[in-house]
Amino acid sequence: MSQNEFAISVQGLKKSYKNVPVLEGVDFQVKAGSIFALLGSNGAGKTTIVKILTTLLKQDSGHATVNGFDVVSKPNNVRQSISLTGQFAAVDEILTGRENIIMIARLRHMSHPHQIAAGLLERFGLTDAADRRAATYSGGMRRRLDIAMSLVGNSRVIFLDEPTTGLDPEARMEVWKIIKELAGSGITVFLTTQYLEEAEQLADKIAILHNGRIIVNGTLAELKQLFPPAKVEYIEKQPTLEEIFLTIINKKTNV
Amino acid sequence: METIKNHFFIDTRVMLGRSMRHIFRSMDTIITVTIMPIAMMLLFVYVLGGAIQTGTHNYVNYLLPGILLIAVANSVGYVSFRLFTDVQRGIFERFNSMPVARSAALWGHVLTALVSNVMSLTVIVLVALIMGFRSPAGVLSWLAVAGILAMFTLVLTWIAAIAGLSAKTIDGASAIAYPIHFLPLISSAFVPTSSMPSGVRAFAENQPVTAFVEAIRALLSGQPVGNNIWIALSWSAGITVLAYIFAMRAYKKRG
Repeated sequence: MSQNEFAISVQGLKKSYKNVPVLEGVDFQVKAGSIFALLGSNGAGKTTIVKILTTLLKQDSGHATVNGFDVVSKPNNVRQSISLTGQFAAVDEILTGRENIIMIARLRHMSHPHQIAAGLLERFGLTDAADRRAATYSGGMRRRLDIAMSLVGNSRVIFLDEPTTGLDPEARMEVWKIIKELAGSGITVFLTTQYLEEAEQLADKIAILHNGRIIVNGTLAELKQLFPPAKVEYIEKQPTLEEIFLTIINKKTNV
Repeated sequence: METIKNHFFIDTRVMLGRSMRHIFRSMDTIITVTIMPIAMMLLFVYVLGGAIQTGTHNYVNYLLPGILLIAVANSVGYVSFRLFTDVQRGIFERFNSMPVARSAALWGHVLTALVSNVMSLTVIVLVALIMGFRSPAGVLSWLAVAGILAMFTLVLTWIAAIAGLSAKTIDGASAIAYPIHFLPLISSAFVPTSSMPSGVRAFAENQPVTAFVEAIRALLSGQPVGNNIWIALSWSAGITVLAYIFAMRAYKKRG
């Protein structure tokens, strides 16, 4: 059962677009039930990795398995056991929130789509907005609906490609809370982000993708050890703009 | 593989339901595909019709086939538009990362074009009847007319699908609609080709839309159809197959 310990396993992954290499031999493994954050600047190839792992794109060479299924030879098994929340909230704006979830439930061939929708809307605080078109939703609500759609079915691995890009601080914290709950319920979360704080807040393991390779991979504590030891400095602690913003709008800052 | 076969029809039906909702919730679409052709019919019959010599005493009878084809032509711009937004918003990525039959999303759009055209064309024929349209055609001839219109819809829909799937901008996706709108105007839809200057006439008589117009007109007026129906059908079969291949190729590239 040792291979089941890892929800995702990637070896020697290579991918070029035309003649431009994006991935030049990527290796990593993600433990089942953990949160794995892939960090990298824009264009580093984070989305390419997500697309390969979610069967949307074929690698040039190397192997990748998700939930024990090879992404190239068993794409249907992979699709059965994962969910993708892409970079842009992929909700149908013309449909209502409820209709969006029901549609996904039908496409996943679930037996009680209406009940599933009601449950997820409730869980994500969208019950009041359930019968409004998604076009009228705020960015945060749209992202919550997007994630709710990903939770239809029995996906054991959820891919979140930059889930908080473009969200305001409040909405970002909501999404963080959701992600922590997911991992708490045993789902493996694969997260890409440009925000270091996000990885710091959420991830059990952090990998940094740079120039087509994973240059570091470890827990936050392990990553910190790579750097010179902390020095003690006395500085006046100014509130950050984020803290000011959140205090003014009277919200809890703790996530 | 077997799951794909089992679910193709269910998945396509879900997709069909989804884009039919898009149509019913878009006033713009309803106006363009139903109200505009009716307005055109009113304009041609009651404003211009008095001055047009077609050799028939009832101009509505002469005009209706062309109006039906124009209504179909008007509708396909929306097919490109809907496909383009699905690609752009990441909706196709979401579907393709799920255990959904691969081509169901595309077929959903194509069937939507067929179903919505059946509805709008029925309304247009009813209005034509009120305006004095009369036909000696029997059930078989009407079925043949329906078949020809369905073929015409399929041809244009698959062409529009290529544009929608491969366009880089929304303007590019919709641009395909303009030449398609124009073709019925340079045909025997409104006036007999014999009144046109020789160059235009040569084009009008040999372009596919004229074959469609003449075949439908002959069927509706109880005349022998002659070769036109075969010309119309071979044009559509040929172009549909080509367009289908290119559209599928564009779809796979995007998927």
